[in-house]
Amino acid sequence: MADTLKGVGVSPGVGYGPALRLARSVPEPPEAGHSGDAEAEAARAAEAMELTARELTERGARAGGQAQEVLSAQALMANDPSLADDVARRVREGADAARAVSDAMAVYREMLASAGEYMAARVTDLDDVRDRIVARLLGVPVPGIPESETPFVLVARDLAPADTATLDPAKVLAFVTREGGPTSHSAILARSLGLPAVVAGPGADEIADGAMLLVDGSSGEVAADPDPAEADRALARDAARRAAAEQSSGPGRTADGHPVPLLANIGGPKDLPAAVDNGAEGVGLYRTEFLFLDRGDAPSHEEQVAAYRAALEAFGPGAKVVVRTLDAGADKPLAFLPPPGEEPNPALGERGLRMMHRHPEMLSSQLAALAEAARGAPAELSVMAPMVTDAEDAEWFAARAAEAGIERAGIMIEVPAAALRARHLARDAAFFSIGTNDLTQYTCAADREVGGLGRFQDSWQPGVLELVATTARAAEAAGRPCGVCGEAAADPLLACVLVGMGVTTLSMGATALPMVRAALARATREQCRGAAEAALEARGPAEARAAARTALPGLAELGL
Amino acid sequence: MAERRVKVESEVGLHARPAALFVEAAAKAAGEATVAKGDGAPVSAKSILAVMGLDVRNGDEIVVRVEGDGAEEVLDRLAEIAGAG
Repeated sequence: MADTLKGVGVSPGVGYGPALRLARSVPEPPEAGHSGDAEAEAARAAEAMELTARELTERGARAGGQAQEVLSAQALMANDPSLADDVARRVREGADAARAVSDAMAVYREMLASAGEYMAARVTDLDDVRDRIVARLLGVPVPGIPESETPFVLVARDLAPADTATLDPAKVLAFVTREGGPTSHSAILARSLGLPAVVAGPGADEIADGAMLLVDGSSGEVAADPDPAEADRALARDAARRAAAEQSSGPGRTADGHPVPLLANIGGPKDLPAAVDNGAEGVGLYRTEFLFLDRGDAPSHEEQVAAYRAALEAFGPGAKVVVRTLDAGADKPLAFLPPPGEEPNPALGERGLRMMHRHPEMLSSQLAALAEAARGAPAELSVMAPMVTDAEDAEWFAARAAEAGIERAGIMIEVPAAALRARHLARDAAFFSIGTNDLTQYTCAADREVGGLGRFQDSWQPGVLELVATTARAAEAAGRPCGVCGEAAADPLLACVLVGMGVTTLSMGATALPMVRAALARATREQCRGAAEAALEARGPAEARAAARTALPGLAELGL
Repeated sequence: MAERRVKVESEVGLHARPAALFVEAAAKAAGEATVAKGDGAPVSAKSILAVMGLDVRNGDEIVVRVEGDGAEEVLDRLAEIAGAG
């Protein structure tokens, strides 16, 4: 009999495979000494060190290149004769093997750490070696993304952006996390990799390593050790669904032909090929701060022009390219635009347009570079400001854009105050683009980075839906376009609801485009309106999803 | 026992790849092999942790000692690694 756990499906698709858990840390080894046979305990320690060295060498041989150099050096650490002597001595003095390894390595760690920042990476390597040996001795999993020859379902408390670096998408079938919500990093990561994912599954802690899991990233259901025939049927349905999505092509439109341009969110020219491959009709959100995150100095005019022009030339004539001016601060600090002082709550601090009030020359130079990039380019440039709060903000930004000779200047709607008074902001804003991730964070007062608030990190929350509808109505009344460029647009069911509310364009990570295109093609505009009304009447996110599903029967074919 | 003073020419000093090569070469010594930074205390040249802990940078002088059969050959190799630019 299969056990089923229910979480929130945040990235559609079905995954089936053995569970492997991501461990964050190794438990502290016991202080109590070993049971008395020092000889046997020392041999146990030596064996763990030897096996760890061998494993690291083998992984290095498989990885090759620079990774092999790092892994070989780590193997030398695990096999270090001085370390081995020190561990053996500690065991003879009564320490348990894991404790002895941990303490002996702490001595070297201290030595490397005091050698200055040059050695910081080596200290990290050393900690990793210690964790591997200690985990082996304690019989617990090694921290980090599990290493496996065969594909698996990754089970974790939550995932961090850094996990992307070590995660091999070819080896991971799906994610299941205990925490997180639809706008959490786990969800964003899963959607960007096109992997099915279920988050906020309270039972995820009880899943045993190796249990066969059937993960449904739409319904949020995770079945442990299901009937294999049932798993095969679910996989076949998913394959049919993916095929349907891949067959969808051309510009975004509802079943009755109402056009809804489908655009891509990009962080730089490197994201353009995926956008084009997935049929994006343009760019709905160019996150320019991502061009500059890792540098100490402000980018030059020429560098900026080149980076913007690449996007303006990637699509056909008349394509929309919406560039957001620098959204620095909060979780995206830029070294050359430091906040004025320590901020107790950076998400509510001087970020986005607020920072540009302090550095108007930075904004002017960016707008000048954008204006130059747009000269003679085939695409139609629009610019927009992040973190706009009131009419004064909107007016100020429109004036700066006009000075630079840019006609189409819009604003992001992320702050609830801006959504509530969108009708006033529409006077100076040529268009709105609703950033649902931050709008959700601010509406529900739930930090996007806090794992335990998953229930509130959900754009289906009634308060968030209400503000989106308010904004879309204000835009319609003022004759202004209103796009959505947050994660909500990448949720095919919610995308239809947004269109029903009056949203005119949808922008998302490129991999989400085919499924959203397929969903829109299976719903009429009238059905989308009905779904929007039903969702707005619902008391909570789950009811809103269920009501929307009922109003959009065509989406069942896609398993949504 | 064979001993030699070598100026470290490797750009990253005795860290990263040169450190690994150095330790692997020292492990071939039949007897003890030590390395010291200048006139400092010698540490085992067969221990990557001890060698990295010396924090030998480009331009530092090191003293390498090797014991046992074939000591000269091992020493040649160690000097070559440390002296390689």
